[in-house]
Amino acid sequence: MIEVSNLSKDYGNVTAVADISFRADPGQILGFLGPNGAGKTTTMRILTCFLPPSGGTARVAGYDVVEQSMEVRRNIGYLPEQPPLYDDMTVRSYLQFVARIKGLAWERIDSRIDETMERTAVTHYAGTPIGQLSKGYRQRVGLAQALVHDPPVLILDEPTVGLDPKQIIEIRQLIRELGGDRTVILSTHILPEVSMTCDKIVIINNGRIAGEGSPESLMAQLREGEALRALIGGEVQAVEAVLRGIDGVVDITHESGPDGDTERVYTITTKPGTDVRDTVARTIVNRGFGLRELRPLDMSLEDIYLRLTTEEVIAEDA
Amino acid sequence: MRNMIAVYNKEMRSYFVSPVAYVIAGVFLFLSGYLFRNILMQFNYWSLQFAQRSQMMQMGGMPTLNLNEMVITQFFAVTDFIWLLIVPMLTMRLFAEEKKTGTMELLMTSPVSTVELLLGKYLACLSLYAMIVAMTLVYHIILTVYGSPDWGPIATGYVGYLLLGGAFISVGILASSLTENQIVAVLLGFGMLLLLWLIDWSASFAGPTAARILRYLSFIEHLQGFQRGVIDTKNVVFYLSFIFFSLFLTTRVIESRRWRR
Repeated sequence: MIEVSNLSKDYGNVTAVADISFRADPGQILGFLGPNGAGKTTTMRILTCFLPPSGGTARVAGYDVVEQSMEVRRNIGYLPEQPPLYDDMTVRSYLQFVARIKGLAWERIDSRIDETMERTAVTHYAGTPIGQLSKGYRQRVGLAQALVHDPPVLILDEPTVGLDPKQIIEIRQLIRELGGDRTVILSTHILPEVSMTCDKIVIINNGRIAGEGSPESLMAQLREGEALRALIGGEVQAVEAVLRGIDGVVDITHESGPDGDTERVYTITTKPGTDVRDTVARTIVNRGFGLRELRPLDMSLEDIYLRLTTEEVIAEDA
Repeated sequence: MRNMIAVYNKEMRSYFVSPVAYVIAGVFLFLSGYLFRNILMQFNYWSLQFAQRSQMMQMGGMPTLNLNEMVITQFFAVTDFIWLLIVPMLTMRLFAEEKKTGTMELLMTSPVSTVELLLGKYLACLSLYAMIVAMTLVYHIILTVYGSPDWGPIATGYVGYLLLGGAFISVGILASSLTENQIVAVLLGFGMLLLLWLIDWSASFAGPTAARILRYLSFIEHLQGFQRGVIDTKNVVFYLSFIFFSLFLTTRVIESRRWRR
């Protein structure tokens, strides 16, 4: 549904997006995760034909954003970071205007507006000037605007920013409901948001993709060959020597365990792509040490995010 | 076409929902009414003097003063200038506000072409202008009740009015497309319009070719014919090509965002 390949965008000498590629399949909710200024908004603006790319291509709903701009625009609903609202219009007349310029057939306009207002829970404010609505309702009207012409692709730039916790939950729920029959791309810098709403995550930092995959696979990808936590009884030097002898082990640190010095907690760092759990368990038991606990150290999405985004900076500084 | 109508309706709504249309119509009609009254009083005074003098001189078959030339032409000439001051305020928000509030992002990501968007806005502003201008017809009706003006020059005067307004608005829209600050848009609009209004002044001090060009660009120069009852194709072409040119520039400005690769 959305295919981005080698996309880049420069503003003068500043590179906002550098050579990124990713894709979103029909029905997928793709989370675009990254710190502020990472290039999320720029990428979305390219996908919505608001900005031209400096290089590379992007196809939305099968159309090229540069060559078939009008087709792309017909097939997307877009909620910019700042909802594009006219304060002097009522909710209904605003949605009428949007439905018209989006090219919705005349006879469908009224019924679609009613449906959309129902779905975004703004029916009650149909006759209220938008300028009088609270932040949460303005965001809903912004979402209604993106939905009114029933587009197959939805692009939402930070849809929950500035809302209170209750509103955030409601909007997330709504986005989840919207997926299924639509492809949704949403950007955010809030981690729990993507793990809660998205099927696929693209982490972007400094205009580059730092990681990509489903929330689970992203975690697995990083867990592999990461670190193990082991609680082992026995003499420290001997245990450490044995552990160091295992192929694939890079480093070992240890600290006192819960029962004092009879058992210690070892953190075993391994080479990426190797799983040494079986070997560690066998070796420890064969040598007669007490293996009390052995588990991979789970990284939360938060860790992944921090890790991926900070590593990039370090790599670039080097 | 459909998109253009949608944009047109939105702009018209916006003029009439806010006080803008009413305030501008009110101010303009008050000022033009005031000027019309004074021009008319002046004409009365002259007519009286003229009548007395021709009686004293025992002239037979007294000629009357020309109402068209002394009132109507004058009226058009002074009110044109009021529009020069008002039009930039009608046009200032058209693009500047959309950029400021972020609604430009909605418009530019909708399947609406730049030309449709621009024409919708341009025609909405021109219609508002035409509506307000049409109200000044009352003055000419009053003249017809008490005198016998020739309606030919009145009609051509209004054609000139419409073309001039069209040109003013095209400049104002261009100014609005250049910035997201409405005050900057107004000032740019004033600046450009005043320069075009006074441009033939510098013709007196320029070489023959430059003088011809400067005179040709003058708004006033091309307006006088209409106010005297003459529709000269040359003048119509001047205004239409001027409007076309500044609207064309505006589309380039709006689309320039897309070139900045």
